[in-house]
Amino acid sequence: MQQIVSRLQLPLWLSLAVLAAFPLFELTFYTELLTKIMIMAIFAMSLDLLVGYTGLVSLGHAAFFGLAGYTLALIAPQYEAANLWLTLGVAILVSALAALVIGLFVLRTKGVYFIMVTLAFAQMFYFVFHDTDLGGGSDGLFLYFKPDAAIAGFKPFDLENTLHFYYFVLISLVVSYFLLCRILRSPFGHALVGIKTNEHRMQSLGYPVFYYKLASFAIGGSLAGFAGYLSACQYGFVNPEILSWHQSGSVLLMVILGGQGAFYGAAIGAFVFVLLQEFLSSLTKHWQLFMGVIIVLLVLYLPGGLRSIGPLLRASLLGKTANVKPPAGNDPPDIAQEESANDRSDSLH
Amino acid sequence: MDLVTFLIQLLNGLQYGLLLFLVASGLTLIFGIMGIINLAHGSFYMIGAYLAFSLSTLTGNLFTAILLGIVLSAVLGIILEWLLISRLYHRDHLEQVLLTYGLILIFEALRSILVGDDVHSIAIPAILNHSIPLTDTLSYPVYRIFISMVCLILAGLMYGVIQRTRLGMMIRAGASNREMVQSLGINIQLVYRLVFAMGFTLAAFAGMLAAPISSVYPGMGDQVLIICFVVVVIGGIGSVWGALVAALLIGLVDTFSKVFFPELAGITVYLLMAMVLLWRPEGLFRMT
Repeated sequence: MQQIVSRLQLPLWLSLAVLAAFPLFELTFYTELLTKIMIMAIFAMSLDLLVGYTGLVSLGHAAFFGLAGYTLALIAPQYEAANLWLTLGVAILVSALAALVIGLFVLRTKGVYFIMVTLAFAQMFYFVFHDTDLGGGSDGLFLYFKPDAAIAGFKPFDLENTLHFYYFVLISLVVSYFLLCRILRSPFGHALVGIKTNEHRMQSLGYPVFYYKLASFAIGGSLAGFAGYLSACQYGFVNPEILSWHQSGSVLLMVILGGQGAFYGAAIGAFVFVLLQEFLSSLTKHWQLFMGVIIVLLVLYLPGGLRSIGPLLRASLLGKTANVKPPAGNDPPDIAQEESANDRSDSLH
Repeated sequence: MDLVTFLIQLLNGLQYGLLLFLVASGLTLIFGIMGIINLAHGSFYMIGAYLAFSLSTLTGNLFTAILLGIVLSAVLGIILEWLLISRLYHRDHLEQVLLTYGLILIFEALRSILVGDDVHSIAIPAILNHSIPLTDTLSYPVYRIFISMVCLILAGLMYGVIQRTRLGMMIRAGASNREMVQSLGINIQLVYRLVFAMGFTLAAFAGMLAAPISSVYPGMGDQVLIICFVVVVIGGIGSVWGALVAALLIGLVDTFSKVFFPELAGITVYLLMAMVLLWRPEGLFRMT
């Protein structure tokens, strides 16, 4: 594990430096696009905690993203800027609570049930905002002012300024990344990976597996809420589409695209996905066709995500058989196989 | 609410539930037997509805269109299984979810390219375009009763095929032990292909039947897919009987909640699902 971390550090610091220096080129359009990408990267990393490390394939993660955005739009005063720190706290709290409550229901199920149930619950939130007047129905709500960062009269930065907003998001991304890595290095994080690899074994070792999964689900939901808050700030409006199931599908795709089980992978996935979407939709209005084909090819030929291209290429150049590590895996392969065999028999009977 | 209105809503609820059953039974069979979670199942419904629209404009007759549509969707189902789904048997659920999600995007884009993004309606065939008068002002359309009847007959047929025929025996055996069935000399690949094509055709057929009453619009598959997931979760994965009970339950709950609490109508079925999850996380009739 230590080795992996040190091997990764150089590219990570380099990409951080590029991100930090990028606004100096004064390409406003791309600065805003990068802001969006970084927000989606936070969102994707939050899902990777569930999918890649806890083994919870959630297809309803957009619910928490959208809920925080709606919270901001609903509690912000109409004619003045809201307080950033207060609204951010409330929005994340709402997402965390929603994740806790939904978690209590969905974590009673496993495997394929979990996928369907998370999707259904997220759709319930979609209908709450779509069908009732609570959040302006299908038109959504506008947010006329970006939240104000002032603390007791002192204003460290101004989110209305594109540059300030960019750096605020960049710092949020870095903080989220290190926070997630810290969580994973803790005993709690090790237990999560253990649960993903073999839940029954963790249970027999005496771990309260359900509460560990619930905690993971809540942390993932809160962080998704953080991303949703930032996204609502950036665009200045929210509508039910931000919690639609296509949003959940997209973020799951980002995680897999980058290769699950590495937070930087999720960030890369977000980067590639958003750029691809921008590029394809600028070419044709039927960009979904190409996106769909790319997804199908990805699943068929590159199940380990973009992260596995390097090892695959190296292996084929050296003439060896590809030895791509299983995601999040420093575990012997026999355990992983045994577990997947369990999964299959669980799901059939 | 007087008795006649209640009767009308009851029939509507049953008809909606039976239609859901056609879609959900395929979904639950494909999972229970092949172990595949298929997000594109809603798209099959959408494809059916659009086939009914294009073919009935072409031939001028809905029944001919439906017959042609059934053949086409069976062929499509076989091709899809052969080309893509058969590669997913040994993959995990996550990859199945992604690939079939990709299929949704492809099908929606193709629909947009081939037919366009407009909302279309299909005329109810003249022979069924009547109403049965119930009171002086209220009446009930024959076409809806026709749908319910067709769905009931199909449900009976499915029961017969699965429980009483040799093919059904192979299907049931394949669900419980793939390797054993293969070693007994049965071509399980062929059985899977048939099951998938059957699921595709059932969903598409439901779309064709529903087209004249619900109109044909982009994204119509998404809604059906998610409701069918709720049906499958409530009924228990792999259980056709569970799918029937759950589909009827949801049809009725959804229809009556639209009458009694129109504001909350969108979410009542999800609340129902939440209650079932608390009570029986594995569904009401899980196949064991």
